[in-house]
Amino acid sequence: MIRAGLSALLSHWRRRPFQLLTLVLGLATATALWSGVQAINAEARASYDEAAAVLAGPALDTVERAAGGTIAVEEWLALRRAGWQVSPVIEGRLARHDLAILGIDPFTLPPDAIPGEDDGAAFDAGFLTGPGQILVAPETAQALRGADLPPRIEVEGIPPGTAYADIATARALLGQDGFARLFVTGPPSLGAPPLERIAPELERRAPRASGGDVARLTDSFHLNLTAFGLLSFAVGLFIVRGAIALAFEQRRPVFRTLRALGLPRATLAGLLAVELLVLALVSGALGVALGWLVASLLIPDVAATLRGLYGAEVSGSLSLRPSWWLSGVGIAVAGTALAGAASLWRIYRLPILAPAQPRAWARAGARAAWAQGAGAVACAGVALVAGFAFDGLVAGFVLLGAALLAAALALPLALDAGLAILSRSARGPRAEWFWADTRQQVPGLSLALMALLLALAANVGVGTMVSSFRLTFTGWLDQRLASELYVRAETPAQAAALTDWLGPRTREILPIQSTDTPLAGTPGEVFGVAARSPTYRDHWPLIAQAPEVWDRVAAGEAVLVNEQLARRDGLWPGAEIEIAGWPTEVAGVYSDYGNPLPQALVGLDRYRALFPESVALNFGIRVAPDETAALIRGMTDEVGIAREAISDQASIKAFSLGIFERTFTVTAALNVLTLSVAGLAILTSLLTVASMRQPQLAPVWALGLSRAALARLELLRAVLLAALTFVLALPVGLLLAWILLDVINVEAFGWRLPMRVFPLDWLALAGLSLVAAALAALLPAIRLRRMPPARLLQVFANER
Amino acid sequence: MNADRLTRRRFLCAASITAMATRAPAQGFAGLGRASEDYAMPRRGEPLRFPADHGPHPRFRIEWWYLTANLRDADGTDYGIQWTLFRSALRPDDAGTGAWRSAQAWLGHAALTTPELHRADERFARGDIGQAGVTVTPFEARIDDWSLSGPDFDRLDLRAAGPDFGYELALTAEGPLVFHGDDGFSVKSAAGQASRYYSQPFYRAEGVLRLPDREIAVTGRAWLDREWSSQPLAADQEGWDWFSLHLEGGAKLMGFQLRSESGPAFTAATHIAPDGTTEAFPDGAFSAEPLATAEVAGRDIPVRWRIALPARGIDGTVEALNPDAWNGLAFPYWEGPVRLSGSHDGIGYLEMTGYE
Repeated sequence: MIRAGLSALLSHWRRRPFQLLTLVLGLATATALWSGVQAINAEARASYDEAAAVLAGPALDTVERAAGGTIAVEEWLALRRAGWQVSPVIEGRLARHDLAILGIDPFTLPPDAIPGEDDGAAFDAGFLTGPGQILVAPETAQALRGADLPPRIEVEGIPPGTAYADIATARALLGQDGFARLFVTGPPSLGAPPLERIAPELERRAPRASGGDVARLTDSFHLNLTAFGLLSFAVGLFIVRGAIALAFEQRRPVFRTLRALGLPRATLAGLLAVELLVLALVSGALGVALGWLVASLLIPDVAATLRGLYGAEVSGSLSLRPSWWLSGVGIAVAGTALAGAASLWRIYRLPILAPAQPRAWARAGARAAWAQGAGAVACAGVALVAGFAFDGLVAGFVLLGAALLAAALALPLALDAGLAILSRSARGPRAEWFWADTRQQVPGLSLALMALLLALAANVGVGTMVSSFRLTFTGWLDQRLASELYVRAETPAQAAALTDWLGPRTREILPIQSTDTPLAGTPGEVFGVAARSPTYRDHWPLIAQAPEVWDRVAAGEAVLVNEQLARRDGLWPGAEIEIAGWPTEVAGVYSDYGNPLPQALVGLDRYRALFPESVALNFGIRVAPDETAALIRGMTDEVGIAREAISDQASIKAFSLGIFERTFTVTAALNVLTLSVAGLAILTSLLTVASMRQPQLAPVWALGLSRAALARLELLRAVLLAALTFVLALPVGLLLAWILLDVINVEAFGWRLPMRVFPLDWLALAGLSLVAAALAALLPAIRLRRMPPARLLQVFANER
Repeated sequence: MNADRLTRRRFLCAASITAMATRAPAQGFAGLGRASEDYAMPRRGEPLRFPADHGPHPRFRIEWWYLTANLRDADGTDYGIQWTLFRSALRPDDAGTGAWRSAQAWLGHAALTTPELHRADERFARGDIGQAGVTVTPFEARIDDWSLSGPDFDRLDLRAAGPDFGYELALTAEGPLVFHGDDGFSVKSAAGQASRYYSQPFYRAEGVLRLPDREIAVTGRAWLDREWSSQPLAADQEGWDWFSLHLEGGAKLMGFQLRSESGPAFTAATHIAPDGTTEAFPDGAFSAEPLATAEVAGRDIPVRWRIALPARGIDGTVEALNPDAWNGLAFPYWEGPVRLSGSHDGIGYLEMTGYE
């Protein structure tokens, strides 16, 4: 009996392979997007953990210059001679190879602080002699193939984009000899004097929890990705839900017959559940494979984004993790269960002799629409509560999700209302039939249309956010990067030589000094700037300011803070803040996109009084644009500044914009994918609905409307519904953009962006969605046009 | 030995600093049993010149300043300290190739032994950056906060400390330098491996020992060995047992045996009269034979020996003051104070390597 039952149930799929394909494809696509995002997240997290383990080393304390700056060899030696077990580190970046160099002293650094295999024997005496060696991750070695660098030794466990070298090698590569910091490798000798007596300007610091910081910073980015993945999965589930419901409804006669033949209902439900499970497993596995493909295509961009935005190194390649396979297949099964539960339940409760006619689409009508309406109201309520009663990133995402769901659930009612209004314009029986028939079809297409709504809204929302961000960001960059050249000197002596040399050759030299110091209780940075200079007054964009702000900053009476700090601690103009023990007032707030840290700007005189040990090594140079090339040559040839230490405005701008563009590549790609899934949903819904519409179309055909006319009307209907959905998606998308810009961004990054709207983009999107709907409707329409009249006549012959 | 030390050891092997670990590194370490023509080789008959030879000989592969002292406090409790600075060449040519590219690496060992405890620590450094090195006039041998320094070789101040011990001693020479083997040319194997080797065994020592909970004023005797070579061991020599003994009455005895995998040990000895007159003894004249072992750091280490130099009527038992005098450092070995009894009474130091 079970075998017979199974055979009867499965025969459905043989007869309708396309429906099977729809189901598998929908589930696989949903799983693919979800697991692709998960794969990216997992890879990034693994990279952070690795970085935390490697960079922070064995959680060693460090000794650093309290006021910032490097530690001289003599200072390090003085510590060693006093019995302190400290090991020097040189840090720097080789811009032309995009490689971070970490120069270590293997004599004084414990071997377990050097990454590599357990025995640390990956390298040999060549590390210390001759040109030296650099230890890099295998993929970094790949990227550096042929580079003009010392021999590479591949060591697993070194973060990508980082090279370990002996200090001698690092000094030669970076052209610097001060130490960034010293690792404390062990307790000092018995009776060694305390640090403050040997070197009062140095201080001991707890290990940098670099990995943890990076993870926190990038959390929001990953949360964003996850939200997108979830959205895509939800869109995919709409397809699955539709396909399962359809398959169950169409098999009602079979169910009834099987039950009547004596198959217990538990067995029937069990068979169906097994069928769904198998489908879910197959589609899930397919989806995970697809997801892996998606992830491996996207991860280089993600890696670039994370490096650019947060300095977090993420491996650009993807490794397969068993947990990820399991979670992918698991979510496919869970999603199928969710989508099929209602259908299964109904089969279980089905009275044995209930009329076995397909009724899902026809009668899903009013009651379901009202239930969905109630759901929409509930979701809207949740969104309002999340938006107004709670703060934080999670509340922001709840608001986002609830708002989107509310909009999706309200769609059928809204469409119905919209169609009702439009149908009043109907003149003549044909038009009236068209409108009535369209309204009647909405429940059947509602799931696909909801998917379309979500995809369109996400597209509008994210598009608006990205474009707003781009416009704001480029404008801000133009203003903020006012100096033509930026130079970094290695030593105070070189800085002095530089300013002397530059004096007669430039319009203005703007020293930029900075120190890491706590601001309002968290680690931050304070910059000393020449606030008297018109360069700042004219160019530095302020988003809030008190009167005479620049005069007061220049006079050392007040400070500027960045938007992140202002928002986080409510430090708007007039508020009080303490910087290194100096109580002062906030006179203005500036935008500081891309910076995760709180920051304050202090007039240069006041800064020097606050941090006397800090030396000015960074300079902005104002010079006529056509003189920059000559000036760069002069600085490198005559003052001996390394070319890497000079940046010109144009290349900084290009670099920043490059980071920005890459940041949203992933978002854009996911956007397109989501839209494609929605298109697929429409296609499959239309195809399945089409097969059931014969009874409705046959009478119209019999009354004299040609098949071609009917096909045209079908096409028109799909486009009309898509257009209506787009009109409804637009406000939802703008709401989404507002949530992203005004809630999520503020919570995640600490800055608020002005929202700009781009109607031309919408127009393009509208066109795209109409074309997608038309394309989706084309196949069913062509089929209808070619349907043999005999088939239409059959409707009258064997009416159930 | 914990994993950390093993790691460090392997790393340092790779960095070829291995040579310095002990006076007689096992031949497996860094291929020290192999010939290395590019380094300078010790030559018989070449006179030693002072004070220049107190300083480093960078053309030779390895070299050390090796000081041990037997000390006693006011209560009569015995102590021992060790202070060693090793130099190892990373390349035969001494010329460094720029800042921080020194051809020399330095390693320091310091230890303090009481009847109840033994403490040891080590320091690593590259040469030519001011962290470690040796200068002749005034004499200073230094690595980090450890130093042996003074106006000349007869009057030195010694200091070293680890996290849980430390010492400061003033050393005054009360006799002349003594030369081992053939005027300081000391043969180390039947095949002719040799080193330059002289000592100052006549230091009177006075100072303080430090432990976290106390300071101990001590006096006693110290013995400084100077040795350099480029290929100190034959390929089949696996380690050695080295005795430096202060006999009652003022005479001294230096004797060692180099254990071989393939045959009998190679032995050598120098008898030093109270006035510094030396007599060197060839292979076989001196013998050392383990009487009892103790389990130290997971190994069986001989901590009681019968030693004999029949030509001088010496036949006695050497016993460790503290059998646990294990230097569990990157290159582990046993080094600690001993007592001699039998035909002669005395005190001294024993070093045992190659007991893996």
